[in-house]
Amino acid sequence: MGVGRRMIKQGPPPPLDESKITMLKKRKAGEPEIAPKAKAAPAKKRRRSDADEQTTSKKAAPKKSKANGAPNGSAKADKKKVVEKKVAEKKKPVPMTDSEDEDEEMEEMDDEFDDLDGISDGSLDSDEGVERLSDLEDDDSVIVSDGEDHPRATMFSDDEDLSDAEEQLTAANIEGLSRKLDAEQQAEAEEAEQELQDAAMQTNIAGDRPDVFGQDGQPGLAPDLQLLRQRITDTIRILGDLKTLGQADKSRADYVDLVLNDICTYYGYTRYLAEKLWNLFTPMEAFAFFEANETPRPVVIRTNTLRTNRRSLAQALINRGVVLEPVGKWSKVGLQVFESAVPLGATPEYLAGHYILQAASSFLPVMALAPQPNERVLDMAAAPGGKTTYMSALMRNTGTVIANDASKPRAKGLIGNIHRLGCKNTIVTNMDARTAFPKAIGGFDRVLLDAPCTGTGVISKDAGVKTSKDERDFLAIPHMQRQLLLAAIDSVDHSSKTGGYIVYSTCSVTVEENEAVVQYVLRKRPNIKIVDTGLGDFGSPGFTSYMGKKFDAKMAMTRRYFPHRENVDGFYVCKLKKTGPTPASQSTTETSTKSGRARSSSKTESTDDEVYDKTPILDEDGTTQDNEGGSFGPFAEDEDQDRIDRAERNRLRRKGLNPKGVLNKPKKSKDASTSKDIEKPEEKSEEKKPEAKKAEAKKSEAKKPEAAKKSSNEGKGEKKTVTKGEEKKEKKEKKEKKSAKKL
Amino acid sequence: MRALDETETRTMFTKLASYTGASLSNLIAPPAEGTAVTERMVFRLVKDRVFYLPERIANFATSIPRDSLLTAGTMIGKFTKTGKFRLNMSSLSIIAPHARVKCWVKSNGEMPILYGSNVLKAHVARWSEDAPEHSGCVIFNQNDTPLGFGVTARSTAEMRKLEPTAVVVFAQADVGMYLRDEDTMFTT
Repeated sequence: MGVGRRMIKQGPPPPLDESKITMLKKRKAGEPEIAPKAKAAPAKKRRRSDADEQTTSKKAAPKKSKANGAPNGSAKADKKKVVEKKVAEKKKPVPMTDSEDEDEEMEEMDDEFDDLDGISDGSLDSDEGVERLSDLEDDDSVIVSDGEDHPRATMFSDDEDLSDAEEQLTAANIEGLSRKLDAEQQAEAEEAEQELQDAAMQTNIAGDRPDVFGQDGQPGLAPDLQLLRQRITDTIRILGDLKTLGQADKSRADYVDLVLNDICTYYGYTRYLAEKLWNLFTPMEAFAFFEANETPRPVVIRTNTLRTNRRSLAQALINRGVVLEPVGKWSKVGLQVFESAVPLGATPEYLAGHYILQAASSFLPVMALAPQPNERVLDMAAAPGGKTTYMSALMRNTGTVIANDASKPRAKGLIGNIHRLGCKNTIVTNMDARTAFPKAIGGFDRVLLDAPCTGTGVISKDAGVKTSKDERDFLAIPHMQRQLLLAAIDSVDHSSKTGGYIVYSTCSVTVEENEAVVQYVLRKRPNIKIVDTGLGDFGSPGFTSYMGKKFDAKMAMTRRYFPHRENVDGFYVCKLKKTGPTPASQSTTETSTKSGRARSSSKTESTDDEVYDKTPILDEDGTTQDNEGGSFGPFAEDEDQDRIDRAERNRLRRKGLNPKGVLNKPKKSKDASTSKDIEKPEEKSEEKKPEAKKAEAKKSEAKKPEAAKKSSNEGKGEKKTVTKGEEKKEKKEKKEKKSAKKL
Repeated sequence: MRALDETETRTMFTKLASYTGASLSNLIAPPAEGTAVTERMVFRLVKDRVFYLPERIANFATSIPRDSLLTAGTMIGKFTKTGKFRLNMSSLSIIAPHARVKCWVKSNGEMPILYGSNVLKAHVARWSEDAPEHSGCVIFNQNDTPLGFGVTARSTAEMRKLEPTAVVVFAQADVGMYLRDEDTMFTT
């Protein structure tokens, strides 16, 4: 999985077969329903014939090899017959399947859907190969119904033969057979070992341990990117096999440090972010991830099924000179655009609302949510409306979709898209989802929360993320996400007959914004559980543990998507099911809506809530806590008191009062100073403005030395000029005052 | 958010009727078995904007604070300060299925319309018979996709005598406005 399909450059698809299109056109005019099948049929036939050849050849091969092991000649002949019969059987149903009706085709599509992991690895071509094989496999399993369900077990004929062989195992030959097997295995292992060594020899790696540390470029000069890249790849290779390749005096940490520095220079990340992303992957994969962030993801459009269907849309766009093909087997409405002669955001089809430009990854949360007709659905952060309109389309304009976005300018685009795509069941609101739901409206059947995030999954779209996100963002944004997710959970109707689901998604890959948030709400709301996203095998499972943190075991049911693996934007999808009502003590907003009397109590709870809110962040982001908490450290009371006194004197001076005079008369100034102590920061800023007053004050203090004036001008400037005796005196007085205040 | 009063309703329906004719009643038909209509549709006024939406959704929308409610259902148009009613671009999806006078343009005429220009005779592929002068007209392309609406410049009979460059439909709104006027279309 380390090397994604991205590594194998994805070229444009082969030129479109004109004959197919014209055929499609003709048929479309007459009978639009049958056209696609007709299109699919030849391909299927081709696949099948290929497959048949394969099966026969494969069946022939193991037979020969087994001839050595099994001395039973007659059995061999029998087996041959059996195999031939099987082949014949497989051939027979072919014509029947060619004339399949719609239902059966659908079934087949479902089968294809099961085989999603084929997407994640290998190039397009190999995908096709996999598809072909799996197709054939599926067909066979349907027809022969021999109960195989290994989706990509390409060698299905081997299995059968093995079972045949087992039948023939007798006491006489079992020993010989097993010995032979052992020997074969051993030979194979040796061969593999040999191969490895050879490879090492060829690449000239094994012998010398590359010294990546010595290659520092000249300081002050712009780094040589070619060299830098070379060094990154070298270091990553070393990290893959540190024992043999690494230098003795260097630890893994040294190498990681080096490669992170290089990555920062080469790709332009901040050190903090680079480290965060690096920790998510193995070194090899992290490199692929950083590389993938430099290339744009394919342009994908989503068919608006409220207005048209994918086939006619594809037809219309092809006529305009757009090269496209279905985005993958996982979506029936997505079209991937390879190149286009016209701007895709301004074609008549676009304006008529036949499609919307939408990243492939943002199909996924809606597919996971799977809204049903006549439900009440909420989209908490809806702009720019790709997901909202998709939900509306899935519900066929029935039920209610409430699309909320906190930003009014962004909501404009949302409204435009909703009207353009013809969604009539939508209410667009502009509220802060954290507080507005479920206060304004609750009891939703499903809630989609595509939370605002740091955007570490879409660096290819917005490279500004590389430098703009710092520690503070990684604390504040997850905090907001937690609040949003809690609000989402509270807005859902657990007793809904069809729903009760929440889908949480982000376009970020970091754990803080994904698993950690889900883990937090799992703890806060015992009435929810993680359920399967329903996205099949597409994507990688969520982390169940990360850097010492343990997450819920079901976290593996959530889905992660990475640019280097699936060639979609980095994404996270988690589906939750609400099983019971939220306890009144936990839900702040619910109680407040239910009765006015409970409002006061809920407010106190809400403060509790906030206090409780913060603890988990500190728990989980242990490192950050250390940095921040540590910086406060133990407090030096004496020094603080000094500064406080100095500031107080400065303040008085700026007000035009003589600090000595005022502070020496504690009885009078006490009241004033206590009240002013509180307002001090505000007053300071205010008092800076009236310059004339200040000047006057200075004049009155004419006896003071020049330096003292200067320091008073600078506000907090150091005050060396005040003699120590004075200072001590003042301090004493202050302390007295303080004690008086306390009393 | 409230229902329209008597005069408002009359103004708006007069306007809509110029595009849809008698089939206007389909827009407010009560739900009945065996028809496509499954819900009671209503018109609602928010400030000066009129929305067309199922009654169920209108009821939901009442629980949302007025300031934060941006749209509900489909926006039809707005009342001007002088009390006239102006159809918005987004009403196209409502009036297009019920249009009385239709005009189909050839593919070479599509783009000029999307840029907001009037329909020329040379671009017209097909035209409803017996269209009167100055009546509302919905413009379609050859695939029956609605592109916009406007007002006929000439009646069908007169149009036949015109030279190819003459304007036959004054464009009022077209789907190109989703790009051109995105910022101002839905602001309240």
